[in-house]
Amino acid sequence: MTAQGRIVWVSGPAVRADGMADAKMYETVTVGDSKLVGEVIRLTGDVAFIQVYESTSGLKPGEPVIGTGNPLSVLLGPGIIGQLYDGIQRPLKELSKASGSFIGRGITTTPVDMVKTYHFVPTASNGDEVLPGNVIGTVQETDLIEHSIMVPPNHPGGKISNLVSEGDYNLETELATVEKDGQNVPLKMYHKWPVRKPRPYNTRYDATVPLLTGQRVIDTFFPIAKGGTGSIPGAFGTGKTVTLHQIAKWANSQVVVYIGCGERGNEMTEVLVEFPHLKDPRSGKPLMDRTVLVANTSNMPVAAREASIYTGVTIAEYYRDMGKDVVLVADSTSRWAEALREMSGRLEEMPAEEGYPSYLASRLAEFYERAGRVRAAGSPDRDGSVTLIGAVSPSGGDFTEPVTTHTMRFIKTFWALDAKLAYSRHYPSINWMNSYSGYLGDIAKWWGENISEDWFGIRNEAYGILQREDTLKEIVKLLGPDALPDEEKLILEIARMVKIGLLQQNSFDDVDTYCSPEKQFKLLKLVVDFYKLGQQSLKEGAALASIRELPVVTSLLKARMDIKDDEMPKLDQLENDMKEQFKNISGVKVTN
Amino acid sequence: MTTEGGVQYSKIAEIKGPLVVVDDVENAAFDELVEVETNEGERRLGKVLEVGNGKAIVQVFEGTTGLSISGTNAKFVGKVMEMPVSKEVLGRVFDGLGRPKDGLPDPIADQFIDINGEPMNPEQREYPKDFIQTGVSVIDGLITLVRGQKLPIFSGSGMSHNLLAAQIARQASVVGTDDDFAVVFAAIGVQYSEAEYFRKSLEESGALKRSVLFLNTADDPAIERIITPRVALTVAEYLAFELGMHVLVILTDMTNYAEALREISAAREEVPGRKGYPGYLYTDLSTLYERAGKLNGKKGSVTQVPILSMPSDDITHPIPDLTGYITEGQVVVGRDLFRQGVYPPINILMSLSRLMKDGIGEGSTRDDHAEVANQVYDAYSRAQEVRALAGIVGKAGLTEIDLKYMDVGDVFEKEFLSQATDENRTIEETLAILWKIVSKLPKNEITKIKDKHVEKYYQGE
Repeated sequence: MTAQGRIVWVSGPAVRADGMADAKMYETVTVGDSKLVGEVIRLTGDVAFIQVYESTSGLKPGEPVIGTGNPLSVLLGPGIIGQLYDGIQRPLKELSKASGSFIGRGITTTPVDMVKTYHFVPTASNGDEVLPGNVIGTVQETDLIEHSIMVPPNHPGGKISNLVSEGDYNLETELATVEKDGQNVPLKMYHKWPVRKPRPYNTRYDATVPLLTGQRVIDTFFPIAKGGTGSIPGAFGTGKTVTLHQIAKWANSQVVVYIGCGERGNEMTEVLVEFPHLKDPRSGKPLMDRTVLVANTSNMPVAAREASIYTGVTIAEYYRDMGKDVVLVADSTSRWAEALREMSGRLEEMPAEEGYPSYLASRLAEFYERAGRVRAAGSPDRDGSVTLIGAVSPSGGDFTEPVTTHTMRFIKTFWALDAKLAYSRHYPSINWMNSYSGYLGDIAKWWGENISEDWFGIRNEAYGILQREDTLKEIVKLLGPDALPDEEKLILEIARMVKIGLLQQNSFDDVDTYCSPEKQFKLLKLVVDFYKLGQQSLKEGAALASIRELPVVTSLLKARMDIKDDEMPKLDQLENDMKEQFKNISGVKVTN
Repeated sequence: MTTEGGVQYSKIAEIKGPLVVVDDVENAAFDELVEVETNEGERRLGKVLEVGNGKAIVQVFEGTTGLSISGTNAKFVGKVMEMPVSKEVLGRVFDGLGRPKDGLPDPIADQFIDINGEPMNPEQREYPKDFIQTGVSVIDGLITLVRGQKLPIFSGSGMSHNLLAAQIARQASVVGTDDDFAVVFAAIGVQYSEAEYFRKSLEESGALKRSVLFLNTADDPAIERIITPRVALTVAEYLAFELGMHVLVILTDMTNYAEALREISAAREEVPGRKGYPGYLYTDLSTLYERAGKLNGKKGSVTQVPILSMPSDDITHPIPDLTGYITEGQVVVGRDLFRQGVYPPINILMSLSRLMKDGIGEGSTRDDHAEVANQVYDAYSRAQEVRALAGIVGKAGLTEIDLKYMDVGDVFEKEFLSQATDENRTIEETLAILWKIVSKLPKNEITKIKDKHVEKYYQGE
């Protein structure tokens, strides 16, 4: 029996209702005469404390609250890809049909088009015994996504009968009946799943395959693995959003879930405008054909912001269960934490650091633990992954604040954005001294097998140059550059080449925006080779200035923009030019 | 409680700070408008912050000074606060609650609009990309403003942010005269002289008849400041999306707004976030700033230039910090440049326009704009490093190339950044100076500009 109560108190997104003895924790309820969506977050006697996902302006004590009997759930089935949802999976396009340019309240819609037909190809047969997670057939959701129709994880399983033959069906069609212990349960193209409950899988693997993003500083220096976790903290203006957009655009995953959690409205619009025109570099299809957007912008109700993270990750897990690699990008987890703080304050809970609730750390941990590379439940065997990348917006750019420090405990790749780099227009402003990747050793094998055996060594040499430069810079600051011997000045010069030619990447440049792993390796090798040739020349008595002024230096710095991914021979040519020019310096020396 | 003509009157139980607690309340709604009436017949406005169990907590905009428990009644009006709007609001001056302040009668209302607005549906937004020529080189060239953007000016006490904002308001409205434009100006707790400066500046340029002014000056009630930006933005949205005008909204000073919010939060005994500001400051500010934008299928736009003074020039203070996380960039006024007498004293390295990339280039400014701007940013940043180094080792210890960067820094500040308050430069003039700066460098230092543009515009040897 569902709860039916009355509002007794309203304050912002928080509502108390009495007569709610039958309500369950985290049950969704409809609130007030305008039927706003809410969720029960505390029960005391017959009083339920409800967070409301829509604006409560005009709500009065005495209005009804009615339970739905169900926890907050998402609908999972074909039609999700390409959508822009709010925090509780309402398609914003449908909302605009009901309320125009601005978001109205109390509007009910279905998350996907229930009457649209898809071409279903059965892979199971009548009489098969199926278990939860088994694939019974597929439909083509978009050009890029073959969508597996699975027996829901909370389904008892059993023997299939009445399986439809290949053909076009809509979401409400009963595709088959599953019989167990005399009970018949129909199977449709969709099912519902509670967002706060991780979807089950069979086994979990180590994350050893890199997620390639086409961003040099990430792939080469601080890589993330498929099924891994990463965090990107930074003060405003350091380029968090641009970096996340770059990952969403170019990551080599099959599905991208992008959550705009308490961020700018125009940023979601930008994705909506841009992605349909951008082509996936591997398939040549529009990026929107693999993307799901969840937008709960900063000015939309704060409680739905809290839910948006769970809505997104549940959708990600669903596609993972089909055996796909999914990347979930959440911008920003700090705004989600603030939503927790706001509700906690209204619940009058005892605050921990900076007013955040004491369960902030455990909530973050639960979220990041939903990442992973797994063997999905059921047959046939399917391996998929969910990679979680969360932006953090530390107040005042201070990385010691609670959200950043707690996040660092639960993630393995840390891309620290640096306001100083951003001010000098070094983008992406990922600070190479403060960032780290816990996947480096695990994914080195992949680079060795697929790109070059030398990758790990050369990468570490280049990183070593940056570390040396960091110490040398201190001396230069105190004594000026003339205090250094030429060998060390060369290191400064090479570090500059690494920074401008490799670490910096212009996301707005047609060529530079994406860099293939082959090109990344070749550029890296060219700079390290330049260093070795430079050291050699210095030993032979060449002047540093003659090395610094070689024409190849400017070509190397511009190669990231001037040479396209499919023009690798040009990089070989550059290598020849470089060797030739060094020979000439050394040659001059010999005649001396 | 008594009922009179369908409206309820209730007694006051408690008065603390800007809040009154009303007893015996039935049928009041969250966010509802309240009229607080004294025995003497004085009426003040307020709104419901919390309601339940027979009580309502009401925030009184004009403050609670002079209210008594026995002599005060609260009347629940039955609707949220609304602003009457029509085309007639143009050229008018209102107080911080949207009531006429110019001695003229109320404008005849075409519509009454909830001042809180509703969130724009991101799916219905049109991505802003129309270049606004402000005639100020540093803005047009390096921190480009586009229609529908929210670009705040972060300043400090005593600096020339008002001159800059007024110059933008005057000059931006002159270009593209075929479009309907309007300026909405909201003074939030600023000195009378500052508000008056804006009014005069708009008057002299002839823009006053296309402007709407909302004035809450420093001596007006502090709590009213919560409402001032909301009524201003409500009018701006009406002008933009109902009447199709391009509206520039100037909100000054947002620091005073945040302080009013803190005052209410403290009176409600809420758990504070940083520096005593409420934990929801970010969300609250976003409900103002996010009201900038363009909408699909509508002609007009709302562009916001909020001004805020950073306490102790500290950009990490919660107000500039949270603002920067919401707005699409920031224009930072620098104390050093201001002391040197540079106008406008903009610290470009700390400034940024996020929407610049889409507002410039072929078809709007020029195809080389992005690249030359990047190179100048890079060069000026190098110039600052060289200056710091010169402070240690002296000019004699600098290399030849270092000296060239020093030169770049000087030319940048003297010829590009500096301009008169009535000087209106075209984008072509602005780009020409940028190339002049880049041309001070030898060609092999130019790493951010494609060769074809270097060939076309570079003037160095």
